[in-house]
Amino acid sequence: MITRRFLEAPDRRGWIFLALLAAAAIIVPALNLFVPSTSPLHVSTTTVALWGKYLCFALLALSLDLAWGYCGILSLGHGAFFALGGYAMGMYLMRQIGPRGVYAHPVLPDFMMFLNWKELPWYWYGFNHFPYAAVMILAVPGILAFVFGWFAFRSRVTGVYLSIITQALTFALMLGFFRNDFGFGGNNGLTDFKDILGFNVQSTGTRAALFSISALALGLGYLVAQAVVRSKAGKVLIAVRDAESRTRFLGYRVEHYKTFVFTLSACMAGVAGALYVPQVGIINPSEFAPANSIEVVIWVAVGGRGTLIGAALGAILVNYAKTQFTIGMLAPYWLFALGALFVLVTLFLPRGVLGLLPRPEPTGVPCSTSGPPAPKLRSAAGSPPVQPGGGEHASVSRPGAAAAQPVLAK
Amino acid sequence: MRTSYAHVMAVLLWSLGGLALAGPPAMAQSYEQALAGFAADAFSDTDAAITAVAGSGHPLAAKVIGALQDGRLLFNADDRKIYVREPSGTVLDAATGRPVAGEAPPGLKSVRLNNRLRRSVEAALGSLTLLAPEPSRRLAAAQAVFKSRDANALAALEGALARETDVRVRKAMLEARAAIILTQPSAREADRVQAVGVIRDRSDRDARALLGGLPADLPPTVQRTAAEAITAIDRHLARWEMVQHLWYGLSLGSVLLLAAIGLAITFGVMGVINMAHGEMVMLGAYTTFVVQEIMRTTAPGLLDYSLAIAIPAAFLSAGLVGIAIERGVIQFLYGRPLETLLATWGISLILQQAVRTLFGANNREVSTPSFMSGVVELGGLAVTLNRFWIIVFAGLVFALLLGVLRYTTLGLHMRAVTQNRRMASAMAINTGRIDALTFGLGSGIAGLAGVALSQIDNVSPNLGQSYIIDSFLVVVFGGVGNLWGTLVGALSLGVANKFLEPYAGAVLGKIALLVLVILFIQKRPRGLFALKGRAVEA
Amino acid sequence: MAAPVEWPRAITHSLLYLDGVTVSFDGFRALNNLSLDLAHGEMRAIIGPNGAGKTTMMDVITGKTRPDTGEVLFDNGSIDLTREDEAAIAQLGIGRKFQRPTVFDDHTIEDNVLLALKGGRTVGRNLFWRSNGDAGRIGDILSTIGLAAHRRRLAGTLSHGQKQWLEIGMLIAQDPKLLLVDEPVAGMTDAETMTTARLLKDIAQDHTVIVVEHDMEFVRRLGVKVTVLHEGSVLAEGSIDEVSANARVIEVYLGR
Repeated sequence: MITRRFLEAPDRRGWIFLALLAAAAIIVPALNLFVPSTSPLHVSTTTVALWGKYLCFALLALSLDLAWGYCGILSLGHGAFFALGGYAMGMYLMRQIGPRGVYAHPVLPDFMMFLNWKELPWYWYGFNHFPYAAVMILAVPGILAFVFGWFAFRSRVTGVYLSIITQALTFALMLGFFRNDFGFGGNNGLTDFKDILGFNVQSTGTRAALFSISALALGLGYLVAQAVVRSKAGKVLIAVRDAESRTRFLGYRVEHYKTFVFTLSACMAGVAGALYVPQVGIINPSEFAPANSIEVVIWVAVGGRGTLIGAALGAILVNYAKTQFTIGMLAPYWLFALGALFVLVTLFLPRGVLGLLPRPEPTGVPCSTSGPPAPKLRSAAGSPPVQPGGGEHASVSRPGAAAAQPVLAK
Repeated sequence: MRTSYAHVMAVLLWSLGGLALAGPPAMAQSYEQALAGFAADAFSDTDAAITAVAGSGHPLAAKVIGALQDGRLLFNADDRKIYVREPSGTVLDAATGRPVAGEAPPGLKSVRLNNRLRRSVEAALGSLTLLAPEPSRRLAAAQAVFKSRDANALAALEGALARETDVRVRKAMLEARAAIILTQPSAREADRVQAVGVIRDRSDRDARALLGGLPADLPPTVQRTAAEAITAIDRHLARWEMVQHLWYGLSLGSVLLLAAIGLAITFGVMGVINMAHGEMVMLGAYTTFVVQEIMRTTAPGLLDYSLAIAIPAAFLSAGLVGIAIERGVIQFLYGRPLETLLATWGISLILQQAVRTLFGANNREVSTPSFMSGVVELGGLAVTLNRFWIIVFAGLVFALLLGVLRYTTLGLHMRAVTQNRRMASAMAINTGRIDALTFGLGSGIAGLAGVALSQIDNVSPNLGQSYIIDSFLVVVFGGVGNLWGTLVGALSLGVANKFLEPYAGAVLGKIALLVLVILFIQKRPRGLFALKGRAVEA
Repeated sequence: MAAPVEWPRAITHSLLYLDGVTVSFDGFRALNNLSLDLAHGEMRAIIGPNGAGKTTMMDVITGKTRPDTGEVLFDNGSIDLTREDEAAIAQLGIGRKFQRPTVFDDHTIEDNVLLALKGGRTVGRNLFWRSNGDAGRIGDILSTIGLAAHRRRLAGTLSHGQKQWLEIGMLIAQDPKLLLVDEPVAGMTDAETMTTARLLKDIAQDHTVIVVEHDMEFVRRLGVKVTVLHEGSVLAEGSIDEVSANARVIEVYLGR
């Protein structure tokens, strides 16, 4: 029944997306492994790794879109969940090095030897087992998001306030992970990985497999997100996004829905991070940098928020552009381009690239930018409508301050 | 190094001054006898001579001992006469202080010193300056004796005490005497107990060290009073430490205030999330740098006054950039706070990269004017002057801003537009212009913050980034739309940060603070000074 | 708080009981010692000038605003509403239509009603929800409010009056014990107003309703007991004719 639920979820566009992903998952590794490098059809291992990375970013963007596009939770700290998933994977990979490290200690990773630590901190226990690490990849970001979301949403921290404290969250984590005594390798993070599940991380075959798994994870992530979005709960999420207090007055516990979607989204981001780490070969605290998290937001915005597929495409598009920029002569101008992208997309493309396409019918999920448009009141009675400018904080019209006396009878 | 130099200078000045005073003849007699002790060039004789010369009260004594310290005291082994070679090379007769006529006698050798003698020399110099005409030098001398605790200085100290009229110097001398008495095995028990009391009243780290390092064989009464004194001093020191933390906290708070009040206007009053706010601060800092460089090339003499030009320049440059941002981007995004956040983040990236392209990624040096450098001691509190002036500056900016909002037409219009845009526009207020000016004002103040930050932080393209999160926390913590909230928020976050630091370390303290603010926002989602009302949550 | 047995009859036999409710914002008293009591099945109209505290009263009942002092009791005094939050109060059976029509613009009309429909509110239930028989109920409601032809349209595209009706439809879907209807006919044409009055009277057959309205003609048409609020407390209570004749009410409405 649940399978059916998933299979019913995607619309036509979704199936095309999934088909493309499946094709990429099969064809790209094939072209890399079985086509001789002299052939023009050959895909180089670097390209495979690069696009594998893009796919991880796409999954991260998808996870953010689930929270932001459908529930209005603009997290500026999603990079933290990505990085935590990455660290969980990194810890597994570190434990796999075993005695092959520089210091050849059978258990302790090199950086702990370097710090003259005598034994493994408790939170490193179990990471030598892949199943445990896999659980942690979901659990650590998930639990953090759950606890954080539970507090934040219960006390109704919304909008930009939430954005700012999510940013503070990732900033705090970054400061923490930079410290050596946190036990995650400090500045340098975790690197010099050797094996994953017994396969050499560096080998062509492993890289191709990781690419396919990333594509698979993205597809799966899309299916899960789409199933949530298309369910009645998904309708509640959109209701929360557009009129939070109205939803509450209908009897929905808004904080539960928000916490749910935020946690789910964090778990997906964690998976993205976990797949990213073996492909790039390192995880360090700079992944927690607030700037990274904000960049994810622009991927989603470029693709079109509230579309899931758009978010994934946006991530690939922007990162492809970034690579093209930074390998060429234009490297110093990348930040100009990225900055301009932020400005131009918000000003001229509020619905993203996918918003340029016609809206899918009929129950397709729309993507309004922010709250509902102010209704045009035709009546003169009643208090003045909320002025368009000023935002939610600035407009304070006190009850009674602008009391227009109504006429007793017509 | 510097202290010993100052010391020597002091001694030289004193000896010059001392030349004018005619010393009593009896003293002169003993001085010359004492002087002869140096000619033996035996350590024990030299030691005796140092004490004797210092105790002689002769005006030349300081000069001689100063020369001894620098290896410029010479003796002639043949006629046992002592000479002083001035740093300029002139050789003086130590007995008379007059230059030697003609060539200096051949075979002059320096009087040698060992480490023990060096301590005697320092103590002697200390006690000698006890009689200096300037209270500040007498004070320095008394403090030097306190540190050296040289029993030889006791006599000089007693003499100086008898003549001393300055209360502060007298106190220092009493303390110095107490320090000597405490460490002298021959001192009477009652004197020692009294000495502990004097030291206890001093109540600083040195006093604590002195009492803590007393020998174990002291009479029990002395030991008991000393132990009590230590507890008292510790308590006293802890109190001053609190004051010092408070000061650091205020200092950090004033910086946060400067960085945050601009934000309080753009975010709090206008409801605009300006992620490029930090870059306005950075622009202000770079303006300061540019102004200073121009002054350096055109009018190096006025370099100290470059801040006076940098302040309006930074306000204008950041303000104009702010107006350009408002007119170019933000005005199209009113009522869409999340979009504004993204667009201004993009602007911040562009500004950072632009500055990096223009000035390079490295830190730029902005020098501190002389009136802002240095440290002032207030009791147990060390006040760095640049921090002090930044606190003053932050207060002024805050007061000025309150004044502008409350008493000027611009302020009136600003408040009108933020409270009811449509009504204001119906009253012929050009709301677009007011928006631009308000944003410009907020940005300009950020520029002012940049001027202040250039004095204490590295001027680099990332300068603004390090303050933006803190500034947002201040505004959110203090309560949006309330400048007083921002003031209280900034100061309390600053103080809390500095009080957490000693316990948790700088990084963990910061994390703890972030967590605390996050928890606080849970409790009071709209900050300390929240606006209440029906429309707020609408 | 005293045990229910000691409470006066007014409490134990009322659906909603407000006593001595005071709310102030920054020194401004939006509600000042307000008392009100509403019997099961009653329909009550509340009128009063702007700033009289009508909306604040609704906010207090629905849990949006906590009163500084006073009692707000529901269902024969068995539930203290000041201790519950909005979602809990809605689940207890108090539905609210807002002054400014608030529907979910990005949802279709049927989805709007679906979201309001009485039933599971938890995340888990709604993740695995399947439309068993809901369609029929939704269709009924849409016919009642005259929007059956538009069920696939996005609510954001409706006219103002249609949105008002959609909100009333959502209230019906919630099937609450108590309906709070804030200015249901603001911005409606006369014909729409008449239709709305009929609709509300229909609903009042088997629900308890509070209607806040400025439109005296509309209130007269409802023909129910009227409470006049002024400066946060009750100024007068009675039939519309009694209230209209009340000297203090005339003074408040026509200037002083």
